[in-house]
Amino acid sequence: MPGQVQSIARAAAILRLLASSSGRLGIGEIARSLNLPKGTAHGIIRTLQDVGFVEQDKTSGKYQLGATLLHLGTSYLDVNELRSRSINWADPLAARSGEAVRIGTLLDGKVLVVHHVFRPDDILQTLDVGSLLPPHATALGKVLLAYDVGAANAVTQREPEPYTRRTLVTARALTRALSEIRDNGWGAEIGEMTPGEAGIAAPIRGYGGLVVGAIGLSGPVDRTCDGSGNPRPALVTYVRDAARAVSRDLGATRW
Amino acid sequence: MTERFVVAIDQGTTSTRCIVFDRRGNLVSVAQREHRQHFPRPGWVEHDAMEIWRNVGKVVPRALNQAGLSIDQIAAIGIANQRETTVVWDRRTGVPVAPALIWQDTRTDLVVEALSRASGAEHIQELCGLPLTTYFSGPKLRWLLDHIPGLAERAERGEVLFGTMESWLIWNLTGGPDGGLHLTDVTNASRTMLMDLRTLDWHPRLLSFFGVPAAMLPQIRSSSEVYGTATAVLPGVRIAAALGDQQAALFGQTCFDPGEAKCTYGTGSFLLLNTGTEPVPSRHGLLTTVGYRIGDEPALYALEGSIAITGSLVQWFRDRLELISTAPEIETLARTVDDNGGCYIVPAFSGLFAPHWRSEARGTIVGLTSYITKGHLARAVLEATGWQTREVVDAMNADSGLELTALRVDGGMTANNLLMQFVADVLAVPVVRPMAAETVSLGAAYAAGLAVEYWPDLEGLRSNWHPAARWVPEMDAAVRTRERENWRRAVERTFDWIRPEEDPARR
Ligand SMILES: Nc1ncnc2c1ncn2[C@@H]1O[C@H](COP(=O)(O)OP(=O)(O)OP(=O)(O)O)[C@@H](O)[C@H]1O
Ligand SMILES: [Mg+2]
Repeated sequence: MPGQVQSIARAAAILRLLASSSGRLGIGEIARSLNLPKGTAHGIIRTLQDVGFVEQDKTSGKYQLGATLLHLGTSYLDVNELRSRSINWADPLAARSGEAVRIGTLLDGKVLVVHHVFRPDDILQTLDVGSLLPPHATALGKVLLAYDVGAANAVTQREPEPYTRRTLVTARALTRALSEIRDNGWGAEIGEMTPGEAGIAAPIRGYGGLVVGAIGLSGPVDRTCDGSGNPRPALVTYVRDAARAVSRDLGATRW
Repeated sequence: MTERFVVAIDQGTTSTRCIVFDRRGNLVSVAQREHRQHFPRPGWVEHDAMEIWRNVGKVVPRALNQAGLSIDQIAAIGIANQRETTVVWDRRTGVPVAPALIWQDTRTDLVVEALSRASGAEHIQELCGLPLTTYFSGPKLRWLLDHIPGLAERAERGEVLFGTMESWLIWNLTGGPDGGLHLTDVTNASRTMLMDLRTLDWHPRLLSFFGVPAAMLPQIRSSSEVYGTATAVLPGVRIAAALGDQQAALFGQTCFDPGEAKCTYGTGSFLLLNTGTEPVPSRHGLLTTVGYRIGDEPALYALEGSIAITGSLVQWFRDRLELISTAPEIETLARTVDDNGGCYIVPAFSGLFAPHWRSEARGTIVGLTSYITKGHLARAVLEATGWQTREVVDAMNADSGLELTALRVDGGMTANNLLMQFVADVLAVPVVRPMAAETVSLGAAYAAGLAVEYWPDLEGLRSNWHPAARWVPEMDAAVRTRERENWRRAVERTFDWIRPEEDPARR
């Protein structure tokens, strides 16, 4: 057939084979069934595994369909739905913390602002929903990168722009920061985008724990950080509680 | 001392919510449950009042659990409810005698026609502030009394009770057949067509006009006062407020001064303007209604622009046309195109409410060409909400003689940025969402908290109000004028569609 991509057709065949099999299949069984060289079958399986369509059993080394495949339609969250589902929790976060709140997702290597709640001080502010922020210099962005290896690699390879003297620009510094975020479950940025400004963010998880966005606050360092220059623990707790509440609602039934 | 909280129950058209608020008016937890919508015939919409009462029993404990609260931490309960929806139940068994007739139900169109020709019809609006339409409880109650065998006689004897949703819930919360309190508040009573707007009491002339026996009616109380103590769901907690959901939102938006207005975007959308302590009659198709009454203080009145179909058009697009799988996806779909492509949807599903009040109108889609995609339809769905807002704002400006300078908004649809920008664009004034999208619940909580002195005064509540988002007009004036004219022409095309003798509902 002209124009057919052979490896995609073979990948589809492998998925069908796994779907119709009652148990898990080993690489040899798959290759024999489809009359493929073992190396070719292995290459395709590895890619399918990377995107989550196939899972390998740790003990037997055999393959089965991945959970992602079963929820293909539901695991991807529409950004407007993310806003609708988080609006009730973003408001109290702004009210309690006294700072502006934003929710972001990754879009083409940038942070897309999906939702924005003004700082509750009645000073005129401008809605910046739809604007793009640098992922390596914002708390939202670093949290999103921490859970997206592909996006993180892309950012470190592109020589991130230094906004201030504190911006993380080396692969080593960024990688360490992201690993710390994964360990703590939240992240911060202190003067890395604008001197004197700081941000705190935590991941929003959807079905199966997939990180679908991040929620965070930002404000002047003297309000958001304590005397020793660390994010105020109370604010960190507010942010994490809000992230957990949204995540819990996202795991509930769709509407 | 352990911290205390206020519980709001928002009994809405599509769902029942329980929201717990803290002293700063911040949402602490929320639990929600949808109930079934019954559409037995075209134009008929019913709920099962028993199902709704059971849902209250489910969502309240869930909201408390979620926040790890015990009953003794609850200072008071406030109730907000879908308005006009009519329930009649047996006072001995507590069982409803019929399904609840929902505000959107149009089965009473013949009742309304007959009543509009009856003697005295011309004085009705002056007394109760409302035009004679299918929307309000009086005609619905008349329909039930006419169609349920023996009901009129049982009503005379006081064996059955009438109430809107708050009456039904309060009666059940306070013991039901076992000494349940049968009462309503001024805002809900102001939607029945049976209450005198000035005396805030049932009016004998209105009762006889609709043929409603006084024995079945609840006592009318203030919106904010301690009615009694719950014996079910939250035993021992004081029930201290009840308001129709739209009036609750007015209160939650802290529109306490004359001239302050809000619009709530949910299933339908409702613009309410505080007009102070005197009822103001409308000459432009708005309703005169009670805004709220706190304890023994004078009642505050409001002018209301009611739009029947806004969020429910999005639901129709999702559930009936199946072009999206969740309501927020309409924004994503609408953003696939730059404009409406010349297409307009006028959702006169149950006739047109304010400012037209055309019960014979039915919905229409105009401007269809082969160019139109589902993206254009999605835009037309959202724009319909914008233009309908513009129509009631124009009426409001004409009635009050004031120009609206900014619009306070709330409700589920305010999560839609494209829509909120469009509303600002067509109104040509800024649109502001406060830091509490669930203003209906917040208003019920505020009213209850005031009554039990959880909150000291209105000023304290006002200081909780902060803008969370603000959309400023960007549309070119010439475009606005052109589109406004197109909308006007589209609306005209919905008129005179249903003729009473041809109504399929009664074939
Ligand atoms: N992002 C969105 N864009 C457009 N419409 C939306 C969006 N989110 C919710 N809606 C619509 O808003 C409505 C829900 O809002 P809300 O919960 O305030 O309604 P409600 O009127 O309080 O419900 P009820 O009638 O039960 O009281 C639904 O009709 C839904 O279709
Ligand atoms: Mg509601």
